[in-house]
Amino acid sequence: MNLYLTAMLAIIRREALRFIHQRSRFLAALVRPLVWLVVFAAGFRAALGLSIIPPYQTYITYEVYIVPGLCGMIQLFNGMQSSLSLVYDQEMGSMRLLLTSPLPRWWLLFSKLLAGVAVSILQVYVFLAIAAGFGIVLPLAGYALVLPALLVSGLMLGALGLLISSTIRQLENFAGVMNFVIFPMFFLSSALYPLWKMAESSTLLRDICAWNPFTHAVELIRFALYLELNGLALLWVCLSFAVFFGLALVGYDPSYGMTRRRKG
Amino acid sequence: MTALDIKDLGYSYGTKRALDGVSFALRPGKFTALLGPNGAGKSTLFSLLTRLFVSREGRIAVAGHDLARTPRAALSKIGVVFQQPTLDLDMSVAMNMHYFAALHGISGRDAQARSERALAQLGMAERAGEKVRDLNGGHRRRMEIARALIHDPEVLLLDEPTVGLDFKSRQAIVDHVHGLAERGLTVFWATHLVDEIRDYDDVVVLHRGRVLAHRAAAKLRAGRPLAEVFIEMTGGEETA
Ligand SMILES: Nc1ncnc2c1ncn2[C@@H]1O[C@H](COP(=O)(O)OP(=O)(O)O)[C@@H](O)[C@H]1O
Ligand SMILES: [Mg+2]
Repeated sequence: MNLYLTAMLAIIRREALRFIHQRSRFLAALVRPLVWLVVFAAGFRAALGLSIIPPYQTYITYEVYIVPGLCGMIQLFNGMQSSLSLVYDQEMGSMRLLLTSPLPRWWLLFSKLLAGVAVSILQVYVFLAIAAGFGIVLPLAGYALVLPALLVSGLMLGALGLLISSTIRQLENFAGVMNFVIFPMFFLSSALYPLWKMAESSTLLRDICAWNPFTHAVELIRFALYLELNGLALLWVCLSFAVFFGLALVGYDPSYGMTRRRKG
Repeated sequence: MTALDIKDLGYSYGTKRALDGVSFALRPGKFTALLGPNGAGKSTLFSLLTRLFVSREGRIAVAGHDLARTPRAALSKIGVVFQQPTLDLDMSVAMNMHYFAALHGISGRDAQARSERALAQLGMAERAGEKVRDLNGGHRRRMEIARALIHDPEVLLLDEPTVGLDFKSRQAIVDHVHGLAERGLTVFWATHLVDEIRDYDDVVVLHRGRVLAHRAAAKLRAGRPLAEVFIEMTGGEETA
């Protein structure tokens, strides 16, 4: 087998096994969006008001609206968690091992990224299955078409995590990342409210949300679930990925990045 | 051609000088100890040798490959065991071995054969199926050493591999690795413990980032206990 593929498959397999062994991480990843779905959706429903916006063809309930955003949330958490574990857990050692491989660094990091994305996609599908159990059923083909969307959005969010792990030393723990990355990205996006709804309270808020790459990840997922391609969102997500991954590579280049990190 | 050739290597953490004008070449097929007190710069040197860090000062050649100009060719000739263990505890010894083989592009039957051979060299053949979590510290370390051999490196680097182990485990590891050198492998072993060094080994004494001596252990100690000579050279204090 090709040497590059051999390494990539091994990295993905290892991540999957690690994931299976960490059942608590899996549960946490599922409980979070389910709490939103079951508890919050009921309370927020009234505030939304109903209207038909693309890609929806009929009136939808709030639970249905937030499902794509919660898929994005799963990937956002997963992206941050898997790259933070690189820096602060025992995973630092495994990263060191990875980087002594003679394969090109960008390939190794990309494989690592892809491994995290594979895990996040698994989580999303389990979440969608449970949501279906609660009666939130999406178009059948949507479950298949969302796969490429999840791949792209997962790569983008994972690359952001990788970038953070390689550069920002102040974010010493997960709480810091929650406060300064995950919460702002999630709340200032179209995950909980459509952009037109944001504009009602403030156009500045709407503009911020429209710039947020997470908004585009969510919209890409949302449209795919309803069998449509949101080209603008795809473009945004791909561009963001290119920028995040490019900068992460610089961060992991030994002549710039790792060097300045404290001893691990 | 020597497996590891270092010239004028220097490195600083900000203003802290960690390595300064380090030059030496390992004799092929020899066990060379990098002997230095805590804080001497041993781990820093290992980070540079494995390209986790890059320095603008000096150059490193591994089996004739310049580490800065052809890093991938150079890295493929290095086997390394880091000071901190890097193991997947919930996976079997064999799975850990295969994962690492794959990182070097080795898979399938080839990986299987290499893994068995490497484990056998460390006396670990019958433990391939065990979960790493169930192994004691000494056996875990031996697995890491076997893993570092799987791609047939020209030089094996070990950074204080016996730290935290009991006497018997340490002894076994020191014996095994000396055995590897006797069979022709070039070994570079960082330590601050003189009892791991044998008279026929080479010694590089590192202190405050500088090489104080590089010669055979027997010559270095010249009839006195090595510990005494080492303390005399380094002042016996820790510099960290
Ligand atoms: N990341 C770092 N930042 C600043 N100083 C460091 C860092 N790592 C090591 N040092 C310093 O560099 C010197 C050499 O450290 P090290 O290479 O770990 O020594 P050894 O492995 O021989 O104990 C020590 O004085 C240590 O305090
Ligand atoms: Mg050290």
